[in-house]
Amino acid sequence: MFEFNLEGLELSDQKILAALNFKLNPGETHCLLGPSGSGKTSLLNVMAGLKQDNTVTSTKGESKHQHHNQWLPRKPDIGYLFQQPRLLPWRTILQNLQLVEPDKETVLRMLGEVRLQDYADYYPAKISLGMARRVALARCLLLKPELVLMDEPLTSLDPPTAREMRRLIKRLVCDHPTRSMIYVTHNLEEALELGDTVSVLGNTPAEVIYSNSIDNVSREELETLLKHS
Amino acid sequence: MKIGRMGDQVIAFVCLLSIWWVIASLVSSPLLPAPADVFSALNKEWHEQRLLESLLVTLRRVLISFIFAMLLGGLLGVLMGRFRLVNRILDPILIILLNIPALVVIILLYIWFGLIEVAAVAAVIINKLPNVAVTLREGGRMFDHELEEMSIMYRFSFRQKLLHVWWPQLFPYIMIATRSGLALIWKIVLVVELLGRSDGVGFQLHLAFQLFDVATILAYSFAFILVVQFIEWFILQPLDRNATRWQKGAGNV
Repeated sequence: MFEFNLEGLELSDQKILAALNFKLNPGETHCLLGPSGSGKTSLLNVMAGLKQDNTVTSTKGESKHQHHNQWLPRKPDIGYLFQQPRLLPWRTILQNLQLVEPDKETVLRMLGEVRLQDYADYYPAKISLGMARRVALARCLLLKPELVLMDEPLTSLDPPTAREMRRLIKRLVCDHPTRSMIYVTHNLEEALELGDTVSVLGNTPAEVIYSNSIDNVSREELETLLKHS
Repeated sequence: MKIGRMGDQVIAFVCLLSIWWVIASLVSSPLLPAPADVFSALNKEWHEQRLLESLLVTLRRVLISFIFAMLLGGLLGVLMGRFRLVNRILDPILIILLNIPALVVIILLYIWFGLIEVAAVAAVIINKLPNVAVTLREGGRMFDHELEEMSIMYRFSFRQKLLHVWWPQLFPYIMIATRSGLALIWKIVLVVELLGRSDGVGFQLHLAFQLFDVATILAYSFAFILVVQFIEWFILQPLDRNATRWQKGAGNV
């Protein structure tokens, strides 16, 4: 089990996140719901350990420096799937993936998993956004992460492409026995389909205003929360 | 009919040559020799072995100064673009270097160190370095923050970041600095040679100047322009093409 603790996050003198605490079991998919601009991406960045410009995470008055490890008992191996694919445009798909996993066989097998084996030698500019997202997913999984962070991976995809991507995520991440995931979205349907547990982020600075396991969640309650937060 | 890029350039060149020839015929003075006279001067310098030797000497100076100016200027520029503190410290020095006349640097170095090769080359480097630094500073500022985060999350080694993330982002700026650099450097090298060396194209121009031998002056100029044009065609343009393969308009894969 991994536990994440945050005292709060300030970005250029504005408090973005209030104190937060997440517990995550191995293999669990936790969906984090919240309206746009509620600080979801900032939270993922802090979890991933990415330094935020002009950021101080304040720890109860004593020091204003970045807390080194907010993870207990230790920071898990994290694979972060950004909202945009962030592939290197000047390297082919295969070269992009080989920067993470040098073994060509493994990379090609992973490309097969996301059904892109025929596009290995294409440059990212030549494939669609949906395909680029699948490449990014493959790259993320090549790290063999214990925890996957996903930041709205289905944004601006048309419905069939989004469905396909959702199936892939379910098969490759959610159904993995030990791989945990924190899946950020503002879409209720995605959360209900993928998540084992759900929490909702609201208020300013953002805090968890609702948290429950998927079996006990009432859809109406979530809808009301998302409308009002 | 489709005429290639090379074809366009040949047409432009022939037009220019014709205009020159017509004006030279009208003026009919040794101070404006016709193309044929310049060509025979070129031929004479070649057969007396001066042309190739001078070209090689000058080219060597150009290359050495170019390499040092690019390395030092590039490193300074990128550091200034990446780190605000470095920029604050070095910016005033850069502005001084950018605005100090090339001639002043050359004269001062010759006075301080004597008419030696090192002073000559150092003068050229000091003249070119600030331009490279300014261009590459823009490159350093334009680094993509998102790719930087990606390279951290995917545990790129320093070498991987250098080769696959930073270098490709800097490359267009390096090409700009290279193009403007070659043009600027060879002009400064000629001045340096004219003032304090006893070989190279600049020295030959100096001799021709004393005799008012315009045909030879033009012959050397064209010979060197041709060399620079060859560098453009056979080194820089292939590099450009190779580096822009991945862009949307280029081929399929």
